[in-house]
Order: sequence, then C-alpha cells, then structure tokens
Amino acid sequence: MIDIYFIFLFISCALCIYRIGRGPTPPDRTVAIDILGTVVVGFSALFTLTTDTDFYLNIALSWALLSFIGTIALAKYLEGKNFDE
Amino acid sequence: MNKIISYLLIYIIWLLLSWPFNPLKIQDILVGLVVAFIPVILFVKKSKKSFSKSSSKLEIKRIGWAILYIPVLIYNMIIANFDVLYRIISPELPIKPGIVKINTTLKSSMARAILCNSITLTPGTLTVDIKEDIIYVHWINITTSSRNVATKKIAGRFEKILKKVFE
Amino acid sequence: MYYLGITIIGIGIFFNLAGCVGLIRFPDVYNRLQAATKCVTLGTSSILFGIFVIKGFTPAGTKALLVMLFVLITSPTGAHALARGAYRYGVKLWSGSKKDEYSEEFNQKDIKISDERSRELSDERFGEE
Repeated sequence: MIDIYFIFLFISCALCIYRIGRGPTPPDRTVAIDILGTVVVGFSALFTLTTDTDFYLNIALSWALLSFIGTIALAKYLEGKNFDE
Repeated sequence: MNKIISYLLIYIIWLLLSWPFNPLKIQDILVGLVVAFIPVILFVKKSKKSFSKSSSKLEIKRIGWAILYIPVLIYNMIIANFDVLYRIISPELPIKPGIVKINTTLKSSMARAILCNSITLTPGTLTVDIKEDIIYVHWINITTSSRNVATKKIAGRFEKILKKVFE
Repeated sequence: MYYLGITIIGIGIFFNLAGCVGLIRFPDVYNRLQAATKCVTLGTSSILFGIFVIKGFTPAGTKALLVMLFVLITSPTGAHALARGAYRYGVKLWSGSKKDEYSEEFNQKDIKISDERSRELSDERFGEE
C-alpha cells in the first residue's frame, strides 16, 4: 500500500520539476521550488514508516526549516530587483 | 513575564522533540530544564509595552476563545481544499481572479499576522500586502465589487474571534 | 489504528498530487501559488498527522506533530512573501483578471513598475557605453 503512495509522491515531485524547468518567469520557478520543498518534507516523513527509523523525521524537520528560509531569501531577491529598500 | 512565557514554550518544544515519557528517561527531562535557559538568556529581550499589556491579564475567557479558533480554522481549511480541488479538476477552469482591498479593525501586530495567515489558508484568497489598515487580497473568484461586502466575506468570520482573544 | 493512519496519509497524498496538477494547469503566478499552497500544506500536514496516529505518543509521533505545526505556520508566510515579491518583480496579472486594486499603490508614487524597470535597463546600457 505504501509503495503506491511513493509513486504518487514521485509524480508530484516530477510535476514540480517540470514547472521549475518550464516556468516562463523567475517567480514561477520560485513558487515551484517552494512547493517542492514542502512535498519533500512529506516524502521524507513517509520513509519513517517503511524503514521503521525515527531518524528521517529529523531530516524532515530540518528540511522544513531550510526550505522556509530559502523561500524568504528568494522572495527578498525578487523584491530587490526594483526597489532598494 | 516575557521571559517566563518564552522559557515554557522552549521547554514544551524540547519535550515534543525528545518525548522522554514512553520509556521514562529522567535525565532527558532534567537536561531540558537547563538547556532551555540558553536561548532565553541569549535572545529574549525584556518585555515591551504592547506584549506585556495584552498578556498581563490572561483570562480564562480569552483562552477559551483561542481554543475555539482552532476548529474554525481547520473547518475552513478543509472547505478551502475542496473548493480548490473543484477548480483544478473541472476542465474549463472556472476562475475570475483579481486583487481587492479589505479593511481590518485589529490593532495589535500579532493579531494581524494571525489574520493574514488564516486568510491565506481559507477558500480562494491569498494575502499579498498589508499597509496599516488595508489588506490587499488576491481573490480567485471575485463575486462582488464593493469593499464592505468583500471585507465581510473574507475576514468577517476570523475577525470576530480574534477581537475577543486579543482585545 | 494502523489502517486509520494509512487512510489519513492516503487523503494527504491525494491532495498533494492535486496541488501539483494545479501548479501545472493554472494560468499565472498568483493562481498557481493559491492552489499549490493550500493543497500542499493540508496534504503534508495530514501525512504527518497520519504518522502521529500510527506511532502514538512516542518520540517519533510527537516529532511528527511538531513538524506539522511548523509547516502550518511557515507555509502561508512563505506564500505571502512570494506573492509580494512576484508583484514587485513586475509580473502582471492574468489577462482574464477582473480588477487590480494593488496597482493604485504604485501609481500614487508615480512609479509604474514596467517603466521603472525599462529605464533602469537603459541606464545600465548607457553606462556601459
């Protein structure tokens, strides 16, 4: 059962990567990167069930933190293009 | 006051991270008591006026309203997801997007932050910017052109509860 | 307990997939951001909640609960920052949009985003010459 879930999550990641590659404007790519980060948190958390190792939840926690900081940094970069605040 | 609340919050996070009760480990509980001091000493400043003012009178009523806020938010989140799901799956994309202004009457910055995050998680709306009393909201399906109706539709259900919690 | 948890995880993965399809189908940045943020936030939260239901009150279970709270707080904040950043970068709304009241904010200061950017670009070119 869980194997089927992995296939669906894999498809979600692939759709995000398609948008990263295709996206006509830089903000499109940034949005896709943000969503990919959140999907990977779920992916990594699901590994705890199949391998029975609590270790992967630590990875999920730190990934969520780093993804949030990265998103904020990218958003600041996008803003800084026009106005020097 | 500020420091005590922060200390308790950090200690609760420590307990959730290393749940030491299931096989009971007393050393973990004790280490947490010591370790939680470090960020409090390093990063928490003395209480500002606005924060201590709102937290000095912790009444049971306000805590009750805060607890009531959680199921309202979860209910709205689930409704939001089915709404978005319908728009994604239907083949002709039934969307009429645009950015509208709404007013807010909340004063404290904490309440405003919670209101903005709640607006983002509820049906078809996304906070873009906030300037003093005006919130700019991207709305996926505009149904009205007047600002008051939009305010009532988007923020009304949260503002009532948040006002009771923070003011 | 195990099957209840597995069902909750299944619902979460369905929403994750729907959010990513929305990321492909919608026409502009803001709509994509809306669909994807809502669906993926609830999807990931319910995956983590399913793990909490299966594991119960053990170190792994409570950690999953903590990650869930964290995702619920940070994801809307990130989306808000990105929407603001995208608008200031100069991305126009989709041509089928009804109205745009945010643009008044920029007209007041006599700054039109596209003009400003094109002027900046031409200045740079002038500098090089």
